[in-house]
Amino acid sequence: MSNLMIDVDNLTKEFKSHSSRSGLKGAFRDLLTRNYTVHQAVDSISLKIKPGEMVGYIGENGAGKSTTIKMLTGILTPTAGNVRINGMNPHKERERFVKTIGVVFGQRSQLWWDIAVQESFRLLKKVYNVSDEDYKSHMGLVIEALDIAPLLDKPVRKLSLGQRMRCELAAALIHNPPLLFLDEPTIGLDVLVKLKIREFLKELNDRYQTTVVLTTHDLTDIEALCERVIMLDEGKIIYDGALSQLKTSWGEGKQIQFHFTSPKTREELLETTGSELVVWEPSENANSWTANVTNDEEVISVLIKDVVADHKILDLKLLETSTEEIIRNIYEEGVIHG
Amino acid sequence: MGKYIEMIRIRFLMMLAYRTNYYSGIIIYSINIAAYYFLWSAIYGGKEDIEGLSVIQMTTYIAVAWMARAFYFNNIDREIALEIKEGKVAVELIRPYHYLSMKTMQALGEGIFRLLFFSVPGMVIVSLIFPLKISADPATWGFFAISIVFSFMINTQINLMTGILTFFLFNNDGLIRAKRVVIDLFSGLLLPISFYPLWAQSIMGYFPFQYISYVPSMIFTGGFAGSEVWNAIMMQFLWVAILFIPIQILWVLAKKQMVIQGG
Repeated sequence: MSNLMIDVDNLTKEFKSHSSRSGLKGAFRDLLTRNYTVHQAVDSISLKIKPGEMVGYIGENGAGKSTTIKMLTGILTPTAGNVRINGMNPHKERERFVKTIGVVFGQRSQLWWDIAVQESFRLLKKVYNVSDEDYKSHMGLVIEALDIAPLLDKPVRKLSLGQRMRCELAAALIHNPPLLFLDEPTIGLDVLVKLKIREFLKELNDRYQTTVVLTTHDLTDIEALCERVIMLDEGKIIYDGALSQLKTSWGEGKQIQFHFTSPKTREELLETTGSELVVWEPSENANSWTANVTNDEEVISVLIKDVVADHKILDLKLLETSTEEIIRNIYEEGVIHG
Repeated sequence: MGKYIEMIRIRFLMMLAYRTNYYSGIIIYSINIAAYYFLWSAIYGGKEDIEGLSVIQMTTYIAVAWMARAFYFNNIDREIALEIKEGKVAVELIRPYHYLSMKTMQALGEGIFRLLFFSVPGMVIVSLIFPLKISADPATWGFFAISIVFSFMINTQINLMTGILTFFLFNNDGLIRAKRVVIDLFSGLLLPISFYPLWAQSIMGYFPFQYISYVPSMIFTGGFAGSEVWNAIMMQFLWVAILFIPIQILWVLAKKQMVIQGG
């Protein structure tokens, strides 16, 4: 028995879907025979996650993130490959296995729509067989940290999205699982709620060493929480490693944005800086330009010195390539760097 | 077991959350019973009895059939279909319980709610308005109670099967509607089975539908006597056992080829 929380080996999921023929004639032909296409949603991925890790699982829409999560939670049966989580096989020992995980689906509610939140909690407490003492000590903290005490007696349908998401998160934690799957938990939430949820997840990870697997399109979530990211494209893992390394190997350049007092042309600027080390790009208006340079102290210092010596400026900003840009670059170029 | 009992309680609360449904249900059932009462009085005309049932027995049959329906009837086929269509079944599968058992418990919660707040008061009201022959024999009541529990089980099993079929058909509204009509017609809710032509009766003998409504209503009205009652209840039990098999097979197949719709 290894001491891994998640141990996935060559996991594959194929979906068979039929493609409709076009036109009325095609529709009649479809009644008799159908064209099937096999589509590999997840294509032999392998990954290992240690207890206590917080891992960001990212990818474009349709990259296979949710399918992976569904296989890891025992909802879907894999077409091929091995999954061992917490020493169990999720879909074979489903009922025993799901007691050790918590899942939040950002796009679907797991609370009962028509009844008060606390009734849902009470039912889940029974479902997970949580003792009164455990419930009180653990859920007391959760309820306080997520600030949902005033919401407990309201029916779920009357909650706002942000309120509901906090309750969903609490509901997923009733049995204090060692492993938490979050599938787009911050979708559609405002900044304050996002911050609160992130803060809470960090605290949870600190206190209980909860392993968290997080899928999201909001990369700020990942930056705030995860040290490790796994990137998925067309069912394959294209990057698995530290977020910081992703940034250093992809975010090579720095951008310096200058706001000048008067409009400038590219020629004027090139006269000052030369063209070997700098690429100038116009910004929002004629007065502002962005210099793209390599991330090198010498180059940056010289550039700033030269520009400021020749031109009057109002403002100056140093920008680091954002994770979002890095990821866009990776998808556009589709190569693995490091 | 605690979780299943808790689920019955939750369903109870949910029924209370929608009171309008509850009131409109009472009205619909009363209208149905009244309509059939007048229809049957017209058909009987001056006749003493048809197919061994007197007009009062017939009225009682209709009233009891509808009131029993309130208990055994449930919409879990529709609910399962909806949960599959909307992908909510994913949430159910991350819970440490058996999905189908939980659905059955929800149906039971609904059934008990309607039995207490719907059938019992409804029966009292109906018996004040229409001439009914209600048995005072505790044995009849006992057999009736056992029989409607089996009715609930058979009907729920059929609903589970219809619901699970959504996994394969993706959209089975038509099937659900057809099943509802078949059950209303062949269960003996609208017309006692003994009124059907003999060839139809012998075909219906191969199906479980008459054990949903015809059997408990006949037991209550005294249409069955002595060993007939025992036989009928044994047949109900047999059908419950038989229907377990296709449900298990369908469920295993469904889990294998499950697709969660909508991402």
